[in-house]
Amino acid sequence: MPHDHAPHPYRPDQDGPLTEAQVTEIAIRELLIEKGITTASEVTAEVEAMDARSPAQGARVIARAWTDADFKARLLADGTAACEELGIEMGTLKLVALENTETTHNVIVCTLCSCYPRNLLGLPPDWYKSRAYRSRTVKEPRAVLREFGTRLPDKMAVRVHDSTADMRYLVIPSRPEGSDTLTEDALAALVTRDGMIGVTQL
Amino acid sequence: MADRVRVKSWMPPGHIRTPAYLRGKTGEIERRLPAFPNPELLAYHLPAPDIPLLRVRFTMEEVWGADAERPEDVIEAEIFAHWLEPA
Amino acid sequence: MSTEDQNDPTRPPKAWFDMGGDLAGAVVPEEHDYALWEKRVDALVMLSQKKGFFTVDGLRRALEDMGPDAFERLSYYERWVAALRRNLVEAGVLTPEELATRMEEIRARGATYGDVSAGATDG
Repeated sequence: MPHDHAPHPYRPDQDGPLTEAQVTEIAIRELLIEKGITTASEVTAEVEAMDARSPAQGARVIARAWTDADFKARLLADGTAACEELGIEMGTLKLVALENTETTHNVIVCTLCSCYPRNLLGLPPDWYKSRAYRSRTVKEPRAVLREFGTRLPDKMAVRVHDSTADMRYLVIPSRPEGSDTLTEDALAALVTRDGMIGVTQL
Repeated sequence: MADRVRVKSWMPPGHIRTPAYLRGKTGEIERRLPAFPNPELLAYHLPAPDIPLLRVRFTMEEVWGADAERPEDVIEAEIFAHWLEPA
Repeated sequence: MSTEDQNDPTRPPKAWFDMGGDLAGAVVPEEHDYALWEKRVDALVMLSQKKGFFTVDGLRRALEDMGPDAFERLSYYERWVAALRRNLVEAGVLTPEELATRMEEIRARGATYGDVSAGATDG
């Protein structure tokens, strides 16, 4: 899965004195385990499940939608059920899929916090949770998109989706030109996280 | 619920999932979603009855007036039924 | 909600976390690979929700009540761990005394305890 931005530092956490937040995490974890509320292996399993979730999941959904019109129709009608068809664990996530077309571009934001379809895309990037992205995307989406290098044709309408409540969103990007002969796996490799958030086109 | 709805312009304290920029604005129902427990109560660990949730589509012109970047572009958001009235 | 509305004493102010339409600078395309402690905070939040101690709404409410200074000063998971702690206390799962005592013990284990903790699977 290609990353969409070059700087991608690892934030070190075990090479200095423990921070207040780290001490708090250790204390909560130890106490919950001692009280029998959770177990160390349950915590580990949750972290491993988190690590297993990445934009590759979302990309599989998009590639299937591009190659199977009936699947795309089901995805647009009930995003959650369609993803489960592909064996993706959706948990409590309720999905609405949004299709980009020649005349419409969709972009996702959460102005109130940072709701994100984590089962399909993994954990969100920092910029998605930033004040700038949350504030401006609903007011000047075209300017925000330009900052991601995305210049939309004048004739294309923009639909901004604010994840205000219980649904989560996934953009179905337009299938790149010249991809007619590619296999579903090769198509999935073309799909980027940022394309599925809607800040870029493919 | 009418197809055109106005978001109430309440400004109550507490945990609210209706963005302020949409309050008092009129839009059209894009789709009706199932009912979900009221987050305004869940946030305080209280029993929360299910409330119908609607996706409402607003034009940029309606939301931002003369400041709209492109008047005909749209914003869609989920709004709980108790925040909506027929327009 | 325009700036003028925010300065109108006859109207209640918009909540700080309700950011849609606020003036803000360019979107800086930052991201980082999450550290183990951050993932563990996330895991503990998810497990606590699955076990019914609180919902995402309770977590958000605690984050909102921390205020805009915390948003600017603390990282995402620094805020999450504080919100997790608050919700677990409210749910009666942990007491402030238990937490304070345990945090003191953890600090007494030494500044490099994080190395041990990161490698251990038994908590």
